[in-house]
Amino acid sequence: MINLAFRDIRYNFGRFLLTTAGISLLLMVVMGMGGIYRGLIQEATLIIDRSGADIWVVQRNTKGPFAEISKIPRNMEYRIAAVRGVKSASPFITHAVQRDHHGRVLRLTIQGLPDSGAWLPIIRGRALRQGHYEMLADKSAKLPLGTKLKLGKDTYRVVGITDRMNSPAGDSMVFVSLNDALSIQNDIPPEAVREERQSRLSRFDRVAYGSTSVDHREILASPYEKPVALPGQQISAVLVKVAPGFDPAGVLKKLRTLPDVSVYTSDEQRAIMLSGFVARSRRQLLLFRTILVTVSTVVMTLILYTLTLDKLHDIAMLKLIGARNRVIVGMILQQALLIGVLAFGIARFFGQWVYPHFPRRVVLVPLDLWALFGIVIAISILASIAGVVKAMRTNAGEVLS
Amino acid sequence: MSIALTAENLCKTYGRGNTSVLALDKVSLSLNSGEIAALLGPSGAGKSTLLTILGLIQPPDSGKIIIGGDTVFDNGNRTDIRSFRRKNIGFVFQKANLLPFLNALDNVRLAMEINDVSGREARSRAAELLEQFGLGERKEFLPKELSGGQQQRVAIARALANHPRLLLADEPTAALDSAMGRKVMELLKEASRKHDAGVLVVTHDHRAIDVFDRIWVMEDGRIEEKNELTTRQEK
Repeated sequence: MINLAFRDIRYNFGRFLLTTAGISLLLMVVMGMGGIYRGLIQEATLIIDRSGADIWVVQRNTKGPFAEISKIPRNMEYRIAAVRGVKSASPFITHAVQRDHHGRVLRLTIQGLPDSGAWLPIIRGRALRQGHYEMLADKSAKLPLGTKLKLGKDTYRVVGITDRMNSPAGDSMVFVSLNDALSIQNDIPPEAVREERQSRLSRFDRVAYGSTSVDHREILASPYEKPVALPGQQISAVLVKVAPGFDPAGVLKKLRTLPDVSVYTSDEQRAIMLSGFVARSRRQLLLFRTILVTVSTVVMTLILYTLTLDKLHDIAMLKLIGARNRVIVGMILQQALLIGVLAFGIARFFGQWVYPHFPRRVVLVPLDLWALFGIVIAISILASIAGVVKAMRTNAGEVLS
Repeated sequence: MSIALTAENLCKTYGRGNTSVLALDKVSLSLNSGEIAALLGPSGAGKSTLLTILGLIQPPDSGKIIIGGDTVFDNGNRTDIRSFRRKNIGFVFQKANLLPFLNALDNVRLAMEINDVSGREARSRAAELLEQFGLGERKEFLPKELSGGQQQRVAIARALANHPRLLLADEPTAALDSAMGRKVMELLKEASRKHDAGVLVVTHDHRAIDVFDRIWVMEDGRIEEKNELTTRQEK
C-alpha cells in the first residue's frame, strides 16, 4: 500500500521541516528543563557525595552548612577525632565570595581542602602542592592556569582547573588548603583589630579606674593578644569517616551525645539538601515543565489540526474512492508520530551542543530522556485526535464543493 | 446487455416546513452497461443531488437504487456504502481531484490498492490504464506537472481502475477547452464500451452531445428522457 503520510511529507517537505523544527525547539526547552533539574540535584549533592564522609558534625540546632549558616570552633575537629570508631575528622569550610576581576563579576564558593585535592576532576594543571597560596578553580570560573587572585590579605595562584565543580547555588568552586580557607573566611581588616584593641583598653580603664596595672594594659594592647570580641577561627562542619570494623550507627550515637553540636549521616545531609534548598526549585521546574508539555501538546494539536484541514479535500476524495478509515487515520497518525519523533531527535541532537553553554549545569539522564520520548509519543497521538475526528466527520460529498 | 443502474421513484427534500425544497421528485431512470448518458438541466434542477444519491454520497428520502443487479438502497435499507462504492462506482469531476502528493501512476494505483489489489498488480494495471489514455510517458508526473486535460484523463483512469459497473461524471469538461472537452467525452464513451460500464455524465456542454447514447433532462426535480433537444434546452 502506498504510504500516504510519507508521500504527503515529501510533497510538503518545507512545511514539514519548519513544523518539526518549531516543535523540536519546544522539546529542547522541555528537555533542558529536565536537565537543569537533574543538574540542580547533582550540583546540590556534589560536595556531599564527593566528600566521602559518613557523618557530618555541624553547629547545634542547625541543619548544616548547606541549609543555613553553621559555625563550630576549629578545635571541634580534635574532640571528634578522639571519639572511638572515628577514622578521621576533617574540618569543612565553605563560603561564597564575590569579587570584581578584570571588569567582570566573579562569584566563587571557596572550599577548604584537608589534602591536595588530587581526587578532584582536574582537567588541566595539577593538585595543590604547597600549604598556602595555591588554588584549584573550576573551569566555569574562567580563571586560566597561572591567574593570580587576591582573596583576603593574600594572593592565590590558580594551579589546576577542575571540571563541573559547582556549588549548590551554581557558583564556580575554588579549592584552597584548609588554612587558607580559614584565613580568607576570617579575614579581619587591621583597622577593625586596632579599633577593638582600643575599645578593650577603654573598657578595662573604666572598670578598673585607679588600680590599673601597667602589665595588664601592656598585655591588652599587645598585637599578639587576640581581641575576644572579634570572631576566632570557626569552621562550617567536621566531616567524619568511620573506622573499618566499627558500626557507623554506634559512632553516630556516641557523637550525638556531644552537647554543643548536631550530628547527621551523609544521607540525612543529602535529604536535608534536597528537601530544603532544592525542593522549591524542583517544584518550580516541574511546574514549568508541565506548562511547557501542555503548550507543546496544544501547539502540536493546532499544527496537526491545521495540516488535516489543509487535506480535507483529499480526505473526502479518499473516502469517495472507498478508502477505509484506517488508511485516513493512519496517514494523520503517522505524520503526527513522525513529527514528534523527529522533533525529539533534533532536540536531543542539537541539545548536546546548546546545553553546555547554559550557565547552570544541564544533566540529561537516560531515564528522563526515555520518559520524555514516551510523553512525546503520547502528545503526538493526543494531538492527532482532533485531526482524526475532523477527518472522520468529513463527508465524501465535500469533493463536490 | 445487462443493466448498470436502475433508480426508482427517488425523492429528496432539503429543509423543513415552508422553507423545504423538493430536489428530486420521483426520479426514475435506467442505464445499461456499456451505455453513456447525459444528464442536462438548468442550475438548481437537481442534477448534482441525483448524482450524489446515485453515487451513494447521500441517501434519498425514499426510492430504490439498484446498481449492477445489487439493491443498494430500498426505502431506508442501505448496504455497506463505502465498500460497495469502492468496488462498483467510479467518479469523475469538473476538477480532476487527484491527490497532489501522488504522481499520476500512484493516483490510479491507490484506487486499486484501496480495493485490495496487490501492489505489483496495481502498478502494472495502473500503468496499462494510463497507457490507454495516452499518458504512458507522463505517469511519473505529479498532478501539478500535468495539463488540465491530462489531469482529467488520469482522473478517468482512476475512476475505471476497479472496473466499476457505474461511472458518474459531474461536468468533467467544464474546465477544458472545447477540443479537449470533446476528447474527454469520447474517452468516457470509449471507456463505457471497453469496460462495460454505465456512464452518466452531468454536463452543460452541448457541443459534444452527439457522443451520448441517451439524454435525460432535469427540471424542478423531475427527469425526462429526450431523444432530441429543443432549442430552449440547448441554450
